[in-house]
Formats: sequence, structure tokens, C-alpha cells
Amino acid sequence: MSSTLLIIIGGAIVTFMTRIGGYLVLSRFETIHPRVQAGLDAVPAAVLTTLVAPAVVNGGPNEWLAFTAAVIAGLRLSMVPTVMIGTLLLIVLRYFNG
Amino acid sequence: MCAKRLTDDSMTPSRLFLAGAARSVPIILTAGPFGALFGALAIENGLTVFDAVLMSLTIFAGASQLVGLELFGQNIPGWIIVLSIFAVNFRHILYSAAIGHHLAKWSWPKQIAGYFFLVDPAFAESEQRAEKGEDVQFAWYLGLVIPTYLAWNLLTFMGAIFGNFLQDSYRWGIDFILPIYFMGLVMGFRRRSFWLPVVVVSASASIIASKTIGSPWHVSVGAVAGVLLAAFVSPAARAKPQKIDPATDRIDLNAAKNEEGQA
Repeated sequence: MSSTLLIIIGGAIVTFMTRIGGYLVLSRFETIHPRVQAGLDAVPAAVLTTLVAPAVVNGGPNEWLAFTAAVIAGLRLSMVPTVMIGTLLLIVLRYFNG
Repeated sequence: MCAKRLTDDSMTPSRLFLAGAARSVPIILTAGPFGALFGALAIENGLTVFDAVLMSLTIFAGASQLVGLELFGQNIPGWIIVLSIFAVNFRHILYSAAIGHHLAKWSWPKQIAGYFFLVDPAFAESEQRAEKGEDVQFAWYLGLVIPTYLAWNLLTFMGAIFGNFLQDSYRWGIDFILPIYFMGLVMGFRRRSFWLPVVVVSASASIIASKTIGSPWHVSVGAVAGVLLAAFVSPAARAKPQKIDPATDRIDLNAAKNEEGQA
């Protein structure tokens, strides 16, 4: 077994542990307190937001404009057109503004 | 437990699979380029094609695969690389905690498979399906994750063989596709109570953390900040404990366990 292979297998094991770990912890409890439930209901917005915010802040005017357009599009349109509008606008802005 | 909705019998497993597969299209379009990028970078970092595809097959978590890749070439002890992969993927603990009761009716081999494939968009799509009052059926979930998994691995392989065929990713805005896509997922939850305060607090905390402690822990810090805010400040947190609410499909885990016939 090469060390690369061992690292990959180790990475796979710890990744799977994170993907099932939260469920294993929660299933130890008999009931769920409303506070815990409220916290769990916030998970999608809380976690996914952290994958967006730093990238936006680290961008420049091009990214901010494209992102704003995508947010507005997202209020009305489904995912694929939303992403396309934001990305196409960014391509155009970068083309003209460098 | 008579308050559970009946499943819609008009949906056969193959129809459910196709309905899930339709939801996988945006995932493949947005995350796909990074599979190819990962494959190409893996070769550049001295991994074999086999290693690259094995990583995509077994880890199936793009950001952590790219981080692991950066560390491979640096003479770093293996356990530190594994720990780094763990750190990048730490957020999944919150996903598996939140989604548990939606998968509780599956048999345990199906649950294990489900948790293995629990990538960010799979979690978001499943949560949204449950929010609409529909069951998260195993066939629907497979339709969502299997095409994503196959595309991820195929693109890893192609990137490894052909090199990075997405030259000039900056010019084509590829570096910004995922932030826009994840923003779209976040917006999908905007009808949840207390959504805006959570977004504002998680965004602020993750930005501050990324400037101070840096990546990857800014994700966990921002996420925990939003979750704690909801747990302590949101109106729902002060509600009376309820057994079940058919409208939101909220059941306590004990009830779910009893349904499965466990003591």
C-alpha cells in the first residue's frame, strides 16, 4: 500500500464520518428540543451562506455587480437561468473592465 | 404514528428517479468544471489517473479533494492531509444532523448509501423537497446523486487524461459559478422563518473568520454562528415541544425510531 493510497482511504473515511456523524449524534437523543429544531432548520441557510459570502467579499466591482444581478434573477427565475445570467454578466464585465 | 402523510403512489420508483435526475442538471453544470479541474491538477501534482479517480470515487467532495491535492506534493505527513480533508468537510456534520429525520424511514443500508452521497447540493435539494411537504424517497434521492456522482468521476477522469480543457477559467467566470450557484440554493430557503437574520449573521461571521483564522474553519465558524442564533433567538426556538406537525413534517427522532420498530 502506497502512502498516497492510504491518505485517500483515510480522507474517504473521515469524509464519510462527517456525512453520517451529525445523524449518529442526534439519534442518541430521545426527543428534539425546540431550540435544537430551530437550529437545525437554520442549517441550510447558515452553512451554504458561508460558501458564498467570503468569495463575494474577496471579489471586485465586476463580481459584485454580477452577483447582485444573479440575486435579483434568483427572486424570479429557477437555478440554471439565475446562474447563467450572473456568469454571462461577469464574463462581459471582465471582458470590458479587465 | 398516524399523522404521517401517505406517500404518493402514482410515482413509480423510475419516475421518482427521473424527477431527482432533473434536479441534478444544475449541480452537474456548476460543479462539473471543478471535476475536470481536479483531474488535471491531480496529474500536475504527480498523482496517477487511478489515484485521481479513486479520490473522486471515495471522497466525492470537491473542495476537500483540491485541498488534499495541494498538500500531497509538499512532503506533509499523511495524517495532517487527512485532518485537513476532515476540516474542509466538517460542515457535513450539520447536514447529516439536519436531514436525519427525512431519511429515517429508509432501511439502514439505504441510509448509509444516502449519507455517503450527501454533498452540499444534495442536502439543499432534499431539504427543499421536504419543505414542500413531499417525502424524500430513496429513488428520488438516487436520481439526484447518481448522475452527479457519475459526472463528477467522468469529468475527473477526462481532466486527468486531457489536462485542463477549461483554460482561462477566469475569463469565462468559472471561478465565480459556485458562489452564484450556492447563493441560489440559499435563496431557495428564503421563506423559512428567521432566514434573513441567519444569512446576515452567518455571512458576517464567515467573512470575519476568513480574514482572521482563515480557511477552511471560516465555514464552520459562520455556520455555527447562524445555527446558534436560530437556536437562541428565533421565535421557533421558544415554542412548546411538539410531537409532530404534519404541515412541516416535523417528527421527533424517537417517533422515527419507533416507526422502524426499534426499541
